[in-house]
Amino acid sequence: MRKMLTIISNVLRGSASRNGAELVSEGARLVVSARTYADFTPQASFDIKNCDVHKLEEGPPLQAVLTREEGLQYYRTMQTIRRMELKADQLYKQKIIRGFCHLYDGQEACAVGIEAGIKRSDHLITAYRAHGYTYTRGGTVREIMAELTGRRGGIAKGKGGSMHMYTKHFYGGNGIVGAQVPLGAGVALACKYLGKNELCVCLYGDGAANQGQIFETYNMASLWKLPCIFICENNQYGMGTSVERAAASTDYYKRGDFIPGLRVDGMDVLCVREATKFAAEHCKSGKGPILMELLTYRYHGHSMSDPGVSYRTREEIQEVRSKSDPITLLKDRMLSNNMVSVEELKEIDVEVRKEIEDAAQFATTDPEPPLEELCNHIFYNEPPMKVRGISPWIKLKSVS
Amino acid sequence: MAYLRSILRSGKNAVPAVLRREFHRTLPAAVQQVTVRDAIKEALDEELERDERVFLLGEEVALFEGAYKVTRGLWKKYGDKRIIDTPITEIGFTGIAVGAAMAGLRPVVEYMSFNFSMQSVDHIINSAAKTYYMSGGLQPVSIVFRGPNGAAPGVAAQHAQCFAAWYGHVPGLKVVSPWSAEDAKGLLKSAIRDDNPVVFLENEIMYSVPFEMSEESQSKDFLIPIGKAKIERKGNHVTLVSHSHVVSRCMDAAAVLAKDGIECEVINLRTIRPMDMEAIETSVMKTKHLITVEGGWPQFGVGGEILARIMEGPGFSYLNAPAVRVTGVDIPMPYAKHLEENTLPQIKDIVFSVKKTLNV
Repeated sequence: MRKMLTIISNVLRGSASRNGAELVSEGARLVVSARTYADFTPQASFDIKNCDVHKLEEGPPLQAVLTREEGLQYYRTMQTIRRMELKADQLYKQKIIRGFCHLYDGQEACAVGIEAGIKRSDHLITAYRAHGYTYTRGGTVREIMAELTGRRGGIAKGKGGSMHMYTKHFYGGNGIVGAQVPLGAGVALACKYLGKNELCVCLYGDGAANQGQIFETYNMASLWKLPCIFICENNQYGMGTSVERAAASTDYYKRGDFIPGLRVDGMDVLCVREATKFAAEHCKSGKGPILMELLTYRYHGHSMSDPGVSYRTREEIQEVRSKSDPITLLKDRMLSNNMVSVEELKEIDVEVRKEIEDAAQFATTDPEPPLEELCNHIFYNEPPMKVRGISPWIKLKSVS
Repeated sequence: MAYLRSILRSGKNAVPAVLRREFHRTLPAAVQQVTVRDAIKEALDEELERDERVFLLGEEVALFEGAYKVTRGLWKKYGDKRIIDTPITEIGFTGIAVGAAMAGLRPVVEYMSFNFSMQSVDHIINSAAKTYYMSGGLQPVSIVFRGPNGAAPGVAAQHAQCFAAWYGHVPGLKVVSPWSAEDAKGLLKSAIRDDNPVVFLENEIMYSVPFEMSEESQSKDFLIPIGKAKIERKGNHVTLVSHSHVVSRCMDAAAVLAKDGIECEVINLRTIRPMDMEAIETSVMKTKHLITVEGGWPQFGVGGEILARIMEGPGFSYLNAPAVRVTGVDIPMPYAKHLEENTLPQIKDIVFSVKKTLNV
């Protein structure tokens, strides 16, 4: 009996790192469906921080249930985003990535928590700090990194770069601050128009939160009861300007005025998930839009050309890293509740590292898009057309 | 007897009932006089009916029936879901429309005047025009931006600018500028059916002008291809290229010049981008003289682009005189009538320019 349990536990240990639910053998499945692998807690309930509310009777629940599978998935996803961003930092410093590169490390709990609170068939749009969302919305690390390095295997065929990545039901990646908010409300309008019971998550930062077009959008979304979750990712700094220096009111969750709002601990993936579920229910029940402010932090500067220390102190960055890191928070919770072992997490780390290395390898060796494709994709569904080149003698061609 | 009864029953509209095709259309199957305004409305009505995903939004398009009454009757027929009154927030509702297009709908955005579209220009260009390219072909944007463009009587500087050159500058946009009722109907239908962002520049002066609509143009599937110009009048001595309301001026000037034995070929561009250079070049090779005529400002205008392309193309070696532009005066539009008249090309200006070019 003991021997059988050991064999089963080895099988499960091996497969847990891929995806907690996947199993290799029939015998093991039998054991798992009755009770998980002998030592680990299958699920636990955690207290999460209370959310400040605005124009709401009550907020999201104060407790969240996390299963082992979910925990492993969130950990893996956050770790993948973290390592992917750090690799992008490296490649940028080697000048293999050029132009703009806005990194997301520190904010992983937002992207992962939001995705856990909505369905894949819902929609999402964000601004330029978009690599994490491109991943959670279905992009692969390979195609994201190859887009950063401008290769033909990139998610936008090398035509877009860091800020212009798209997947199904993910509308980028937008370079103009604030523009993505009315776009997202438009997506929500389409959801309502087509009667599909889907919603749109519109993300923006504390810097964008003062944009006029966002207030125009609040007005129309509320008037027309669009199924829109507005989410302000407040990482305390709009480029180099701290929130106190940019906004007369830093209660971003209240800025929607007539739109109900929540302020959420954006470093806790469970808090984000529960708040998102709460918000999604609000939207889908036909009550119209809702606003969430996620309190979060970015470790890097605004972009790769910003060291990030002229407007904030190294001590502050270090303090957040040691006390509030989203990945560490999740890891500590899971370990202290015996939901996972240190070795198992280390294995995941090793696998993630390998995935990133492979992707970086691809991103640096894949060729750039060929010159023949320079003028393609101007118009959709159009017969081939001529495009004027740099001088009148150069005749270029564009196909859809 | 039944025939007589039906004529009497139909009253004012003395159209034999047997020739009526659809219950909501009382047009006979023959040539008809239709104003540009009604032609635009017909196009909108037909496309709304044809495709569930098409919807209109803009200020006063629904209950007010359109600031210029272009959308009269549409809200009553299609309701709140498909004809949406927006608050006065151009950048917001343009962004919303572009987002809806990204998610698969086919919005038609109305600007009460294209002068107000300047507030929305970021969405027209950065969110709509460039997206298909930036996404490597993943994200098309099927949307039409329409409204009155350019001069209107007495509206002065902030309401009279022509945006043909501004939008014509941008790759990823199609820019259309109709003149006649047929132009308006056929091109708007094509624009709505086009899967790309189209800027549709109407003109307030033309709204009430009636044109003959051929039988063919009354069909629900009548389309005019975007990117093809039309020769409105054939001639051998000089090519006049124009768009929008100024085409009327060119036709009038051509009639005046014909009395002096000068035959002008008048080309109605119909589309600003992509421009039909082939039609212009073919004409120039015949007439050997070119004058572009527009209401917009001269610097970096539509005429400037045409002349540059003629220089660079086969047409140049056929010219017997330098090609010139006739444009609006390079000033903000004044209000006083006499000043306003002297700011836009009039018949006498076109006649004068033709005679100068032909050295007569």
